[in-house]
Amino acid sequence: MIEIRNLAKAYGATPVLKGCSTSVAKGEVVVVCGPSGSGKSTLIKCVNGLEAFQGGSVSVDGISVGDPKTDLPRLRARVGMVFQHFELFPHMSVRQNLALAQLKVLGRDAAEADARATKLLERVGLAAHADKFPGQLSGGQQQRVAIARALAMDPICMLFDEPTSALDPEMIGEVLDVMVELAHEGMTMMVVTHEMGFARKVAHRVIFMDQGEIVEDAPAAQFFEAPASERAKTFLARILHH
Amino acid sequence: MGEFDFTVWGPSLPFIRDGLLFTLRLTLIAMTGGIVLGTLLALARLSPIAPLSWLAGAYVDTMRSIPLVMVILWFFLVIPFLTGTPVGAETSAIITFTAFEAAYFCEIMRSGIQSVPRGQVWAAQALGLTQAQAMIHVVLPQALRNMLPVLLTQTIVLFQDTSLVYAIGAKDLLKAADVVGKNYNRPVEMIVLSALIYFAICFSLSLAVRQLQKRVAIVR
Repeated sequence: MIEIRNLAKAYGATPVLKGCSTSVAKGEVVVVCGPSGSGKSTLIKCVNGLEAFQGGSVSVDGISVGDPKTDLPRLRARVGMVFQHFELFPHMSVRQNLALAQLKVLGRDAAEADARATKLLERVGLAAHADKFPGQLSGGQQQRVAIARALAMDPICMLFDEPTSALDPEMIGEVLDVMVELAHEGMTMMVVTHEMGFARKVAHRVIFMDQGEIVEDAPAAQFFEAPASERAKTFLARILHH
Repeated sequence: MGEFDFTVWGPSLPFIRDGLLFTLRLTLIAMTGGIVLGTLLALARLSPIAPLSWLAGAYVDTMRSIPLVMVILWFFLVIPFLTGTPVGAETSAIITFTAFEAAYFCEIMRSGIQSVPRGQVWAAQALGLTQAQAMIHVVLPQALRNMLPVLLTQTIVLFQDTSLVYAIGAKDLLKAADVVGKNYNRPVEMIVLSALIYFAICFSLSLAVRQLQKRVAIVR
């Protein structure tokens, strides 16, 4: 589903990604973790071309992201993405947030888009809030709306960029529950997160990044029980023991 | 020096009304046209296409570096020269103010567009919206909303500045007051009347903007 080959990116003279290669198969859940500044957010933003890259290749469902001939908006419409800061559109109601791209990108009619929106809001438990504005919702609710907004496009896979990092601790659970449910339904997911409980529960593989490199790429159980590298061991010790 | 005679205000009202209507029309057209043109200029300035950005920047800098009254006079003389037919002072004033205000509204819209977080554009693009769609549906509505108090404040300045069309003889509020004042030989009384009207309108608009600022602050 997602193929990343020798991906390289630099901001000016500073390398951010130094030849990363990995892949995510259909139905697979892959967690990407690592210390801040390790390049994991940049990596996931390269998957749908939000960040440009200089070397290597990325393809989604066989379509090359870096190819200038690729219709990027069309590809992105099939790849759902959830951001750290939710990024709901503050000038639109929840319902309008879910409808916008369905109307403008998929060409659905208003009734169809609204029906899809209602169904997904029910699914994330927020049907009662459909006519509120994002500013009237809690962080956890906003992030669930953001997930519903991405799902409204019927994506073939989902990217999550630290979806719980900006949330108060008591709201993390409600967002993770939605994500766990998605994973159990067989959604292909690439998730940048520090939530190791989530990774243990649903991830098939864990990718550990440090300083722009993929240091470890292993089945989840193996990664947690016997991390191969010193860097991964130090990282795990640091985030699990507090 | 005789005493003040404010009875002149009565018979002057029809003229004052016509003058005020032109002033308001000029303000509204220049504001609307200026915001539309200014937004296009702002998009050009922020465009990655260097010549476009440079051209828009040069236009804005030029307009902002010349006294308004000179721009008014210059347009009044140059437009007939370019088009071959003389245009009235009123038409000339409308064109001038739209073109001049566009430079100021451009800078306001530019900072408005830049005030929208990058993540909003990412989110729009991640949903499959094109750059143009992201701009129209996501960035510009927020930029406009964020900048509303500043846009209205600039419009109040614009409303006051329209009195400069006096220089080319367009029949605005000030000109109407001036004409009546001369006819009745009561220039001071008429200037006082027009000043009061300018003051009343600007002051109430300022109060409205202050209320609006409070509301925008709450929404954020």
